[in-house]
Amino acid sequence: MSGLSSLSVPLGKTVRALSRLRGGGSAFPGLVVERIDPGFMARALRNLPRGVIVVSGTNGKTTTTKMVVELLEGQGLKVFTNRTGSNFTRGVAAALLGEVDWRGRLDADVAVLELDEAHAVHFVKLVPPTHCLLLNVLRDQLDRFGEIDKTTRLLEQIAVKTTGTVVLNREDPRVASIASSVREASVAYFGLNESLRDTFPSDDDLRGATGTAPASSLPADVVLVAVESNTATFRMDGEESTVDLSLRGVYNIFNAAAALAMARTVLAGDANRETMLRSLAAVEPAFGRGESLVVDGQPLELVLVKNPSGFRLGLKSFDAAGYATMIAINDNYADGRDMSWLWDVDFDSLRTSGVDMVSGVRAYDMALRLQYDDVAIQDIDPDTGSALRTFIRSAKGQPKRIFCTYTAMLAIRRDLSRITDVKVVS
Amino acid sequence: MTSGTQTGTPAKKGTLRILQLYPRDMNIYGDWGNVLVLKQRLAWHGYDAVILEHNAGDAFEKDVDILIGGGGQDSGQVVIQQDLQANAAHLRALAEDGTPMLAICGLYQLFGNFFKTHDGTIIPGISILDIETHGGSERLIGNVVGRSEEFGDIHGYENHSGQTYLGPGIRPLATVTKGEGNNSKEDHEGARHLNIVASYLHGSLLPKNPAIADFLIRHAVTRKYGSFEPGNVDDSLADLARRHAATRPR
Ligand SMILES: [Zn+2]
Repeated sequence: MSGLSSLSVPLGKTVRALSRLRGGGSAFPGLVVERIDPGFMARALRNLPRGVIVVSGTNGKTTTTKMVVELLEGQGLKVFTNRTGSNFTRGVAAALLGEVDWRGRLDADVAVLELDEAHAVHFVKLVPPTHCLLLNVLRDQLDRFGEIDKTTRLLEQIAVKTTGTVVLNREDPRVASIASSVREASVAYFGLNESLRDTFPSDDDLRGATGTAPASSLPADVVLVAVESNTATFRMDGEESTVDLSLRGVYNIFNAAAALAMARTVLAGDANRETMLRSLAAVEPAFGRGESLVVDGQPLELVLVKNPSGFRLGLKSFDAAGYATMIAINDNYADGRDMSWLWDVDFDSLRTSGVDMVSGVRAYDMALRLQYDDVAIQDIDPDTGSALRTFIRSAKGQPKRIFCTYTAMLAIRRDLSRITDVKVVS
Repeated sequence: MTSGTQTGTPAKKGTLRILQLYPRDMNIYGDWGNVLVLKQRLAWHGYDAVILEHNAGDAFEKDVDILIGGGGQDSGQVVIQQDLQANAAHLRALAEDGTPMLAICGLYQLFGNFFKTHDGTIIPGISILDIETHGGSERLIGNVVGRSEEFGDIHGYENHSGQTYLGPGIRPLATVTKGEGNNSKEDHEGARHLNIVASYLHGSLLPKNPAIADFLIRHAVTRKYGSFEPGNVDDSLADLARRHAATRPR
């Protein structure tokens, strides 16, 4: 250890404490330690007995990471994770600073890290992971990465740097194809029963006209066999187990299969199936992902929609009957600036009930989309604050559901806490 | 392959056959939206629509009133290349006969003379449009607003690395007032020739630019039935969406 790097942890921790006092951002101390001691992360993570897991993909990283963490904790492991959703390298460094002792040692059995595709590539160059879990490649953030084939290349680089096991989504042709580039690591899969493949379109199936992806014959470690509301059946080692999940939404349930496969891989022979399924049943949604709140004594569900397949699955997961529906679409950087994705979602399922309120910066793009699917709209108001008030007032006494993009969700959540006493029930 | 779809209204004035080119391999970026808009606006104008698909290897439909095709990834363009060349003469004949066509992004490039990739490989096009495209190192991404004498203001979103240059016989679709358009040197977007509209804009293009949709419909109906009687279409949401899109940053 050089003279300077021996000081980096105390210095970084001091910066962290100071920036906390100032109410500053979480990543800044990570930047400081990265600058003065680039080897810090690798040293802190190198000797964890169960290794370092990287979770990446377009959809569901945050909730899947949370599931892997809770599955491993349920087996008695001490887990380090970047909980705050700072899914970039500097965020990991900042989170590490909060956990290491003054000599830079991390007291944990395993690290489970959620990393955005582009940042993961940077991270694995600094810290080759022992395991990675690659979920999906969907047409999200095309304006950032250009093409989905390019996003696949990013995930491929994570897999190539992985030293132990790469866990892949068998049903996503782009993710499954990464197996052929893996040299050093072994490959395991999670997958779907044939009967469920229509429910979970990959990006190629998006138009939904014909299922183009061929039924996969690859052996999967965990297969999601059936989903009924939020009851799921998984097949592992030839045995089927049924679990009632706290998580809602079919996309979360498929990611539960991913999390199970990852946890089983890390634990190898030490996994206890019963306790693992119990841990899985108890996992609650991550912040803002499919939350259920209570407003005026009625449930209000926030459903985050970021891309066409996510929106399609959201519409499929939640029956519109009996619910008042609001949709809020923003086009800020974090949402994706390109609105074309709205045209790859079918809104037919909302035709019977109609949509009560359309809001967000791109409210009129969304309204226009609904017009072409013959979905009736009661009200349009681009301002999410006043739209929310109108929506809650006009749908009094009814359960409510809001489909919203990321920044719209943040605004709505903030406004909800002002308007009414928000109780999270999840 | 045929997946005929009936609209809700009974056929009053006639039926138009829309052929979607390569939806299997060239369907990213909301291209379906353009097909849906044609189908719905035909219904609102009082016509029925049948949606046909042509994928690589299919026998080419003879009886077609509007052709429409969109963007693809590089891998998709490779898949369709051979099939497109095999049908090039037929497509050129349809174009010269006045068949309305909408070619977006990847298909726009392949409607031209060639696409020269970044490493110098030449991918031949089918020369319906006298244009050429050169692969660039930078990607042109973001909201676009253009001005067209024929269609008014045009709103969309571009995302391409190919830089397209128009030959002397081809007019641009629009003059760009925000964004890049065909290439980063000139201020024009897309191409107009015969009854063909070609553009880099997805977004999707037709919903927020109903004048282009109705241009394709009017020419297709007139070509088939001799005259076109438009219906009463409410475009107030499209107008509002256009007005808001214009205020968004690049
Ligand atoms: Zn494009």
